[in-house]
Amino acid sequence: MHTSSVPLYWRLQKSKYGLFGTKCLSCNTHFYPPKPLCSECRRKGRVVEHQFSGKGKILTFTIIRTAPEGFEKQAPYAIGIIELDEGAKIAGQIVGPFERLATGKRVRPVFRKIYEDSDDGIIHYGMKFVIDGKS
Amino acid sequence: MSVGIVGYGAYVPRFRITSREIARVWGQDPKTMQEGLLIEEKSVPDIDEDTITISIEASKNAFLRAGIRPKEIGAVYIGSESHPYAVKPSGTVVAEALGIGPEVSVVDTEFACRAGTTSMFICCGLVKAGYINYGLAIGADTSQGMPGDALEYSAAAGGAAFIIGGKNVIATIDGWFSFVTDTADFWRRDGQEYPRHAARFTGEPSYFRHVMEACKGLMGKTGLKPSDFSYAVFHTPNGKFPLKAGKSLGFTGEQLKDNLLVSKIGNTYSGASPLVLSCVLDKAKPGEKIMVTSYGSGAGSDSFCLTVTEDIKSKQDKARKTMDYVADREEIDYARYVRLRGKIKQ
Ligand SMILES: [Zn+2]
Repeated sequence: MHTSSVPLYWRLQKSKYGLFGTKCLSCNTHFYPPKPLCSECRRKGRVVEHQFSGKGKILTFTIIRTAPEGFEKQAPYAIGIIELDEGAKIAGQIVGPFERLATGKRVRPVFRKIYEDSDDGIIHYGMKFVIDGKS
Repeated sequence: MSVGIVGYGAYVPRFRITSREIARVWGQDPKTMQEGLLIEEKSVPDIDEDTITISIEASKNAFLRAGIRPKEIGAVYIGSESHPYAVKPSGTVVAEALGIGPEVSVVDTEFACRAGTTSMFICCGLVKAGYINYGLAIGADTSQGMPGDALEYSAAAGGAAFIIGGKNVIATIDGWFSFVTDTADFWRRDGQEYPRHAARFTGEPSYFRHVMEACKGLMGKTGLKPSDFSYAVFHTPNGKFPLKAGKSLGFTGEQLKDNLLVSKIGNTYSGASPLVLSCVLDKAKPGEKIMVTSYGSGAGSDSFCLTVTEDIKSKQDKARKTMDYVADREEIDYARYVRLRGKIKQ
């Protein structure tokens, strides 16, 4: 049985629910997941919280048919690396028909269940992505 | 102060299963089922969608139209009969995900399919009393029917969200009337997976009586008559009931036609009359009047009326429209449906 840590889920909740990351005011680099220090400017950087719009484009994707524990019921599903408009890269599930998938396609965020600990456990929610536009 | 809707938004999942496909599996006559219910197909949620995710997506659209900050919301009330947790409010996840609170009143409401409109009513009262500036009221469901049961043709998923406030309203809420009795037409005991219904009891003494009494009460209280309204929105358990109730109240087919949203997405329970309202607001013009009447088994109805303001014109195109969700569809077969809805026990 997959029983993740409830306190850990709670601590990461804000960044997962709202796509909260950070950005460095000195060099305008964006970070997701949030980093407290800018890897470019080191101690000279000024890092503040930043909420990503979640809009971006697909850099690469793959279809998972044999899913890890906790995700079996969702398989097959697509995961991809999304380049957000601010520049940060984020890995995430891309929902919708596989025929719509292509590198370079625009995506927008959708709020979905990520996984369930078990039938009586906690339900984990967060952002996934969907191809933007009508088809 | 005129209280009303400041922003609204809809969400309907992409998957559809047709009445024809369900009838095929159960050896029923597709034509009889389709014509009896006036439901061509119904929406089916993806495996990772539930009342919480539907509420959040609908609310994001409502915020795009309202143009207010999440922290300005003083109350979040979600009406549903399919809250994912029996104990842990859906509203906590919805508020957090939308950046609302923590200084906010949150509660999940429940009254079969009527809880969404009642949530709107509570928000109106709180705004009018000056307790909050804005309230977020949602009606959403991912309803289930027992395999082979008549409900399987209609039980669908979707929801709509409304931001209620006293400034920059796109439609004022001008009157309200509720009618409630103890009538056991449809119920689900705690811990049971599927609801039960008293098949013959679901029409006249329940849906029709409560809907008609609420409408008549509202019109009596406000002095309005059917011809004063451009649209009459009803709870849509199927396509037949709202048309029949509307016609016997004196509404025309033209005033009632948006209720046939149900023929494309099915009965979205707490989301049903709110989704028809969102569909009407997507195209309504300033000055038009709308009557909305919900129904929840158990049983009760809320009837309220709105007048569309000039401000609606700048808001309608700010977010995805209800019909955009209806058009974005992928048909699935019964096998996929069963898998998505977790009807196989492992
Ligand atoms: Zn930097």
